[in-house]
Amino acid sequence: MQARGVEFTVGLFVMAGVLALAMLALKVGNIHALNLGGTYAVTADFNDIGSLKPKAPVTVAGVRVGRVAHITIDPVTYQAVVTLDLMKKYRFPRDSSASIETAGLLGEQYVSLSPGGSRRYLKNGGKIRITQSAIILEKIISQLLYSKAGHSSGHS
Amino acid sequence: MTAGAADMIGGLGRRVIEGVRRLGHATLFMARLMPALGVALRRGRLIVQQLYMTGVLTFVIVVVSGAFVGMILALQGYNTLVRYDAQSSLGLLVALSLVRELGPVLTALLFAGRAGSALTAEIGLMKATEQLDGMEMMAVDPLPRVVAPRFWAGWIAVPLLAMTFSAIGIIAAYIVAVSDLGLDGGVFWSQMQSGVSVTNDIMGGLVKSVVFGFVVSWIAVFEGYDAKPTSEGVSLATTRTVVSSSLAILGLDFIMTAFMLRGL
Repeated sequence: MQARGVEFTVGLFVMAGVLALAMLALKVGNIHALNLGGTYAVTADFNDIGSLKPKAPVTVAGVRVGRVAHITIDPVTYQAVVTLDLMKKYRFPRDSSASIETAGLLGEQYVSLSPGGSRRYLKNGGKIRITQSAIILEKIISQLLYSKAGHSSGHS
Repeated sequence: MTAGAADMIGGLGRRVIEGVRRLGHATLFMARLMPALGVALRRGRLIVQQLYMTGVLTFVIVVVSGAFVGMILALQGYNTLVRYDAQSSLGLLVALSLVRELGPVLTALLFAGRAGSALTAEIGLMKATEQLDGMEMMAVDPLPRVVAPRFWAGWIAVPLLAMTFSAIGIIAAYIVAVSDLGLDGGVFWSQMQSGVSVTNDIMGGLVKSVVFGFVVSWIAVFEGYDAKPTSEGVSLATTRTVVSSSLAILGLDFIMTAFMLRGL
């Protein structure tokens, strides 16, 4: 009886530990994002990706449909080649366009897809032709400042 | 050079030599323990019994500490984040702190104090009262019968306790954040989920706690087995277990964190 009581509490203890790990994995971490139920990869070339990083979300109309798999550089054109893993359950027209946007003013950067009107769809290994690079805040500010400076000096 | 300074340097040298000597002893002991570990696995009942002594009896203090650490983190983190109007990230802050650092480290420290010291005292006392010698007389090897089950139990218990600590801490932080600080519960969880990675953060914490479990159990059984067979020797060994486990945990944590944050 005594030994069985010990075994029972040890069983409870081990269960509590495993349950805690399961809770951490499911509720605290994003284990759902690990397996999206099958993905297909498409690439997109950008002139400037800003601070886009692998694992950043890919969204359509704000809904997450995939994530950035990896980022390399094309050795010929020197453009950034971004590989996107998109969920299999969504299909996108071939003439869709991709742009890099920022969540909020200083938030993380993500890829936003705008579906086109074509009847033919992107397949695994396909390429998104129309892209828009990241908007880099510092560049805009410096352009604004220089144009202002040029403007005021022209007047005086 | 004055005699006092020479004595001081000599004392330092003696300590370092003594420390290296003990490390060598501990490694040799581990090498002897390795085959016994395999033998002990075949007698699960002994491990279960030790798991009760080390794991279950440490469970309560781990749950209580986890809850308090989580609540303190929530209050303290809120106080800092609110200055930057970033209190919605509180869930992420609490979860990352607990899962990656505080859960494994504090659990291992608590375990060393609560269970490691008891392991050392128990084995040391068995040695002092010549129970281990008695076993050898009866042709029972004390390593697989006494030491190995305790080592296994400690090694298994620490990761389980660390996961419990983190989970309880996050729940406690959630309760404080929602009921006391008036944060939105949904934002608390969603920020956490978007920022905590299962493979890096949670697995990293798990790896840390497995390493800490190994080291603390190793130090505890070694100090007990190596204790001088007197009451003074046992008390010294118990103290040494707590001190060297704590230092080993913190030192190893620094090294592992440095490697993990670089994305090993």
